[in-house]
Amino acid sequence: MVVKVYGPIMAACPQRVMACLLEKDVEFEIVHVDLEAEEHKTSDFLLRQPFGQVPAIEDGDFKLFESRAIIRYYAAKYEERGPNLLGNSLEGRALVDQWLEVEAHNFNDLVYTLVLQLVVLPRMGKHGDVVLARSCEQKLEKVFDIYEQRLSNATYLAGDSFTLADLSHLPGIRYLVNDAGMGHLVAERKHVNAWWEAISNRSAWKKLMKLVNY
Amino acid sequence: MVVKVYGPAYASTKRMLVCLIEKEIEFETVPLDLFKGEHKDPEFLELQPFGTVPITQDGDHILFESRAIMRYYAEKYKLLGTDLLGKTIEERGQVENWLEVEAHSYNPPIYTLTLQILYPSKLGFLRDENLIKESEEKLAKVLDVYEEKLSKSKYLAGDFFSLADLSHLPFTQYLVGKMGKEYMIRSRKHVNAWWDDISGRPSWQKVLQLYPAPF
Repeated sequence: MVVKVYGPIMAACPQRVMACLLEKDVEFEIVHVDLEAEEHKTSDFLLRQPFGQVPAIEDGDFKLFESRAIIRYYAAKYEERGPNLLGNSLEGRALVDQWLEVEAHNFNDLVYTLVLQLVVLPRMGKHGDVVLARSCEQKLEKVFDIYEQRLSNATYLAGDSFTLADLSHLPGIRYLVNDAGMGHLVAERKHVNAWWEAISNRSAWKKLMKLVNY
Repeated sequence: MVVKVYGPAYASTKRMLVCLIEKEIEFETVPLDLFKGEHKDPEFLELQPFGTVPITQDGDHILFESRAIMRYYAEKYKLLGTDLLGKTIEERGQVENWLEVEAHSYNPPIYTLTLQILYPSKLGFLRDENLIKESEEKLAKVLDVYEEKLSKSKYLAGDFFSLADLSHLPFTQYLVGKMGKEYMIRSRKHVNAWWDDISGRPSWQKVLQLYPAPF
């Protein structure tokens, strides 16, 4: 049974899920959701995801939403297949969850707001709030300073191997570096830069980039 | 070795304290005064570079982020106390789904309400009434989704109590208590029944007894 991933292939949160499925070699098909046409606000879609957000998945009878729940589910379900994305012990898993939470609470909203103001709104022909974007950028500098410190002590966020904690950052950092002109946040930090090079050159991520066709 | 938990008075810490009690895990607490800025002290930032509570110290292992801590102890002591993660991988998936909902859809507006309604008297700033109104509207929409969900299952992840429900306890307690917005829960039949159920659990009553709020 092929997993159905609902959402546009360009959007960060569906990409988080697709990156995980590719790492785990799980077959999936993308069911496009047209955000500009507000398809995510239709009553049909709300039955699938009652908050009107992407992604959602359908795997036979099993349905789930929230990208970080979906990646945890598949990383556990296919623990024996492909790279171990959950750490090698309970304590290792705790660090994966810790840094996933850090990404969710300290990193994600800043990236989302900045990219909305500098990239998405202008693409829609609207004015972005540059002052708000700059404020996000300044806060992100501080977050990346903490990441720099952490990555000077460990190759990946949760320890010695690539896990969901690193994977979860891929779509957002790609937007920052490639679309929002924020490459300096990564390039100016030696360990963050090395980490970004390593994680963005993984074959699963490169496969996804080909699929998206940037 | 007993787990040390920093900052027990605060809502985010209580989210994982109630989990430890459900799992019958012994712990000791280290008080912190956030209003005095103790979470920004260099010694604290060594342990938690983002300067937030809670942190736990379990022998050599330091962990932060309440929902990471909850998941760790719920898994480590799966066979002890209440099972908070469901019985199958799919049930765990639903727990994760609704824990993420709490983190991303429920917590932001209720946290803003807490900051705007309860903190001003402690920190001496003016409430932003527009922000309060906006946050209440956002929270109301989330509670409407919960009402629909809880009309179909007893708890958020299914017919079993889990981390997903437990995670809502601390800030919702403020909502129905000191924030004076009990009507948001009482006006929704299934949310109301769910709230009475989860807040009536002995574990939560114990947290309320042992660790009074700072307000």
